Amino acid sequence: MRRMLLLALAVPLLQGCKRETRDLRPDPPVAAALDGVAILPIGIGGRPPEVYFALGKPYRTNAYQLSEGKRLYAWFGCPQCHGQGEGTARGPALLDGWWNYGPGLETIYLSVRDGRPGGMPAFRSRLTNDQLWQLAGYVQQLGAYSGGAAAPSRDDAPPTRPAENRAPARFAPLEP
Amino acid sequence: MKEAAQSALAPGGAEAATLLALFWPVVALLGAIWLAVLLVAALGLWRRPGQPRRPGWPVGVATAGTVLVIIGLTFASYLATRPLSAAAEAPLVVQIQGRQWWWQVAYPAEGDAPGFTTANELRLPLGRQVRLELAAGDVIHSFWVPNLAGKQDLIPGRDNALLLTPREAGIYRAQCAEFCGLQHARMALLVMVQPAEEFARWRAAQAAPAAEPALAAEGRRVFEARQCSACHTVRGSTAKGSTGPDLTHLASRGSIGAGLLPMTRGALAAWVADPQTLKPGNNMPLVPLSSDELQALTDFMALLQ
Repeated sequence: MRRMLLLALAVPLLQGCKRETRDLRPDPPVAAALDGVAILPIGIGGRPPEVYFALGKPYRTNAYQLSEGKRLYAWFGCPQCHGQGEGTARGPALLDGWWNYGPGLETIYLSVRDGRPGGMPAFRSRLTNDQLWQLAGYVQQLGAYSGGAAAPSRDDAPPTRPAENRAPARFAPLEP
Repeated sequence: MKEAAQSALAPGGAEAATLLALFWPVVALLGAIWLAVLLVAALGLWRRPGQPRRPGWPVGVATAGTVLVIIGLTFASYLATRPLSAAAEAPLVVQIQGRQWWWQVAYPAEGDAPGFTTANELRLPLGRQVRLELAAGDVIHSFWVPNLAGKQDLIPGRDNALLLTPREAGIYRAQCAEFCGLQHARMALLVMVQPAEEFARWRAAQAAPAAEPALAAEGRRVFEARQCSACHTVRGSTAKGSTGPDLTHLASRGSIGAGLLPMTRGALAAWVADPQTLKPGNNMPLVPLSSDELQALTDFMALLQ
């Protein structure tokens, strides 16, 4: 009886050990390989590098990576044109589930890394490869079609939009 | 120059001396009470069993004594801490912002002395009252330089202020005193109290843009072209990032990484090569650089006097 009780106590305690890992320092060869995105010649759609799958696709499922993406979103001036995701006169919305270049993570990565015509600057020399993935993961989460299990840290300011992992993005009406 | 341990028992300023003057009487009084309580407890244990137990006059005396001591200490504490918030005519204003995990120190323009921003080092003129305006850039931090004053929290969205008057020249270590994340323990700040003329010279030098030899160095190109300039400022170059420490006069500071490593050429190179091993979790990414680039960059940074 006593042994059962101890076991029943130990199981939830041991489960607590499997906390989310924070990869604070990607190995330099891994970080270098993260840049190897195979992209179609039109610049839309493609395939992330093998190492992205080997890592376990952390940039959409790991709360630490999403939080870093959120920090970079604020630090690198994204709100200047995209607001908190609702968009401004200068830049398109990211919340509405309408993606000018498709919803793929590798396409978002490419948009941030190389920029896009119409004013989107290239961040290749401003961010490291893993930071570009973190930012792309966060941006994809903003306009995801389904809620995620992982969430970045909350805002201090009163929210102006649903939390990143809540309420799936509203489908924008198709242009006539 | 006094180089005291980080201790509230070695005051270098008026505020810390005031607090210390309150500290010793309180310790003496409470120590005496503690000894008396132990003595009474020993007497109680020693007493033969079977004697009647009823509250007599000693209980009344102890209760009255407790009330008197508490009232007395409250009054003494009020009197001692009242002058801590007395502002002088024109204090030196310094704006300090706590970030994960370093300190941004900004000196606003004053008279004909221009303003500038530095990091992880606070220099103060001897004998002049200073008003530190404390703000937080991300989470709650706490500013604590025990040799000069008590703690004061830095809270996002609520600006605090702390007055202090250094009375002895020296180098005092300060550190974050509110848990603020992974590298809370490595968030130190050196406070250097200098004679007024020396401080004025330092201030003029810091307000100037980066040194000429540094701007001519090959490493400047690397610094501007690579990820460095996205977060750091070097006045005089095109690097204008504001999320990381201002590095215009980096080499004139005593340490790097908020008190993590001494300011040497080797430590600079090590920090740039792998910041995530030296201070895991800090916001500086591991920027892939070739050895030539790292060499040039280190040359450049060592010239930022």
